[in-house]
Amino acid sequence: MDFNDTPEEAAFRAEARAWLEANAAYKNPDAPGQDPLGERIDDATLRAAQAWQKKKADAGWACIRWPAEYGGRGATAIQGVIWGQEEAKFETPPNIFSIGHGMCGPTIMAHGTPEQKQKWLPRMLSGEDIWCQLFSEPSAGSDLAGLRMTAVRDGDDWVVNGQKIWTTGAQFCDWGIIVARHDPSAPKHAGLTFFVVDMRAPGTEIRPITQINGGQGFNEVFYTDVRIPDSYRLGEVGDGWRVAITTLMNERASIGGMTGGGGGIGDLLRLASDLEIEGAPAIEDRAVREKLAGFYVRSKGVELTGRRTLSALSQGKMPGPEASLMKLVATRLIQEIAEYAVEIQGAAGATTDAESTPQAGRWQERYLAIPGLRIAGGTDEVLRNIIAERVLRLPPEMRMDKDVAYKEVPTGPPNT
Amino acid sequence: MNFDFSEDQKLLQKTARDFLEEHSPLSVCRAVLESDQPYARDLWKSAAELGWLGTVIPEEFGGAGFGALELAVIAEEVGRALAPIPFSSSVYMATEALLLAGSPEQKQKHLPRLAAGESIGTFALAEKPGQNAAEAVETRFERGRLSGSKLPVPDGDVADFAVVAARTGKGVSLVLADLGADGVEARALASFDPSRSQARLRFENAPAELLGGEGEGAALAERLLDRAAVLMAFEQLGGAARAFEITKEFTLGRYAFGRPIASFQVLKHRLADLWCDIELTRSNCYYGAWALSNDEDELGSAACIARIAACDTFAAMSEDMIQMHGGVGYTWEYDCHLFYRRAKWLSAVLGNPSSWKHKLIDRLRARPA
Repeated sequence: MDFNDTPEEAAFRAEARAWLEANAAYKNPDAPGQDPLGERIDDATLRAAQAWQKKKADAGWACIRWPAEYGGRGATAIQGVIWGQEEAKFETPPNIFSIGHGMCGPTIMAHGTPEQKQKWLPRMLSGEDIWCQLFSEPSAGSDLAGLRMTAVRDGDDWVVNGQKIWTTGAQFCDWGIIVARHDPSAPKHAGLTFFVVDMRAPGTEIRPITQINGGQGFNEVFYTDVRIPDSYRLGEVGDGWRVAITTLMNERASIGGMTGGGGGIGDLLRLASDLEIEGAPAIEDRAVREKLAGFYVRSKGVELTGRRTLSALSQGKMPGPEASLMKLVATRLIQEIAEYAVEIQGAAGATTDAESTPQAGRWQERYLAIPGLRIAGGTDEVLRNIIAERVLRLPPEMRMDKDVAYKEVPTGPPNT
Repeated sequence: MNFDFSEDQKLLQKTARDFLEEHSPLSVCRAVLESDQPYARDLWKSAAELGWLGTVIPEEFGGAGFGALELAVIAEEVGRALAPIPFSSSVYMATEALLLAGSPEQKQKHLPRLAAGESIGTFALAEKPGQNAAEAVETRFERGRLSGSKLPVPDGDVADFAVVAARTGKGVSLVLADLGADGVEARALASFDPSRSQARLRFENAPAELLGGEGEGAALAERLLDRAAVLMAFEQLGGAARAFEITKEFTLGRYAFGRPIASFQVLKHRLADLWCDIELTRSNCYYGAWALSNDEDELGSAACIARIAACDTFAAMSEDMIQMHGGVGYTWEYDCHLFYRRAKWLSAVLGNPSSWKHKLIDRLRARPA
């Protein structure tokens, strides 16, 4: 039992670090963290992110797990993790490509034709094209397969109509992956088809959504008679659900990874040392100490469970269903920690002014940002169902809509 | 990175599991619980023959000469089986104390007998309710004689000797006391988990000898408790995992409203949360085992983390076990209470989780995370 790299892993880490040292600066540990949802992306940030991606691509350090024919280097899963760990130590522009590289790319690789792969993957890898994912609809979130967007075949094209929502980054993306219903008379999972869509196609309207924290990471995307060539279809007609599952599995893995293990426990310990409650450091208060210890134990549990996953990867095994566990536990924990960090500030918890609020108000900001992470990519409740059914093999939910034509399924009132 | 047990260690674990499934079903635990016998003597004999009692004892003293990782996997299985034997007291406490601080003579005298199961040892620290630390002990050791009272002492009624925390001229020291000697009175106490015993020990000018340096008792006790906490956490992990499996099977077989109760989302979600708790606790335990076997500086915080997670998880799991069984879970006849009792017993004996939380914060402040 150890936490060390194997000799091969250590050599790879050294090679990665050498390139990064030659091309980027180490992060300033005191700098404020980047916003994890990429909610405040302006044109300059966008260009910087694309330039950094291009630089990596030219040197063979972009999407290293992808096959060489698309610009990758066919790296192993553990090498992918090592690269990520090393890159995270350096000051780099925000990663606006994570949805493309983490979800769209793998889906195209799994289900695309050779022509489709050549058309989209190399430009996705190099950052020339930015990608988004258009799955959720106002009436179809957790019940994604209940989506309503229609796709009607017309010659060599499909004509799509409807609305997507929660599309991260749509406002600056070039391409998207989208699921639509081609056959409302089939049972709901069977009537779906999966496409790649040009985000600038006529009839597409993108409206940013303002979140509770003021950020605009998500969008609504409206489709009015938008034409998608049949050559942009991924998988067979009616195969949409199977293709979408590939994307979703990749999404959970990437959000679970994004939240990391810490949940800010180190920041909370510092806050409790600096902050005074009734004239003594908060960390000397017995109630505060017990609370901190409880958070620390869970935080370590998440981090160490990540290490177990990496160990499985390191030995060439597929990780188990930890991705669902990590997202479920980590996002909840971050919220509890943030809530408590605000609470122990007393009356100052109600301010967000950077000058006069402890740790520049980062806890208040985090507390406002985190509810989104508990919903995006599978709500807590959906993840519990996944763990219960796929891991624990408990009976599946009773479905009122199984083997029923989609158009006969009760839907409640129309979109509001 | 290989944050996992090796194939050999997993094989050892499987052998232990197979043996205990055959020779220590829950009926063995129940038999001790319901009778006057303090522990399962046959099972204790087998544990010695299989080499479990001497897992970490060097070969020169009759042990197997393995490390902490091997002992951890056996501890998990002992916990899964709710084995009614004084394993934790004799192996994690007495044996570890001798390995940590024993003189060559003391090791030669005690370790071979401990490995062979001919002698049972325990650790006597607490003297009164609410006490978790060695600093407060009042039992005195002067001129080779021990006087005072220890309450409660795990397995104190069946132990042949005890490592006792006592006050001496130079502070707190650890001493070795033969419990069969004149001046020692051991009285069994009713135990919250009657499959594991508790006792009161009274010493009146009883013969004893120093274990480790005089005045080093508090520091030694702290190291000893850290090491034992990790090993006991594996027992708790094993118990929680077994309770989970039994509960899951029950909910799959029990029908209400025309469907298995395991099909109701409210129970599915609860089981999913419990499974997550157990997996996180497993990770925390592994970390403790890693720190223990590498004797890392991190053992101080790793032991706290393993201990706190294991106590909380086993308690929550055993509570939900009864709840999810419904009325039958509250009957003497069903096994749920065996887990409920063991969970609380294990969480009480090394100092409660709250005391370990304060220890954790102290250690994190002394050595930033």
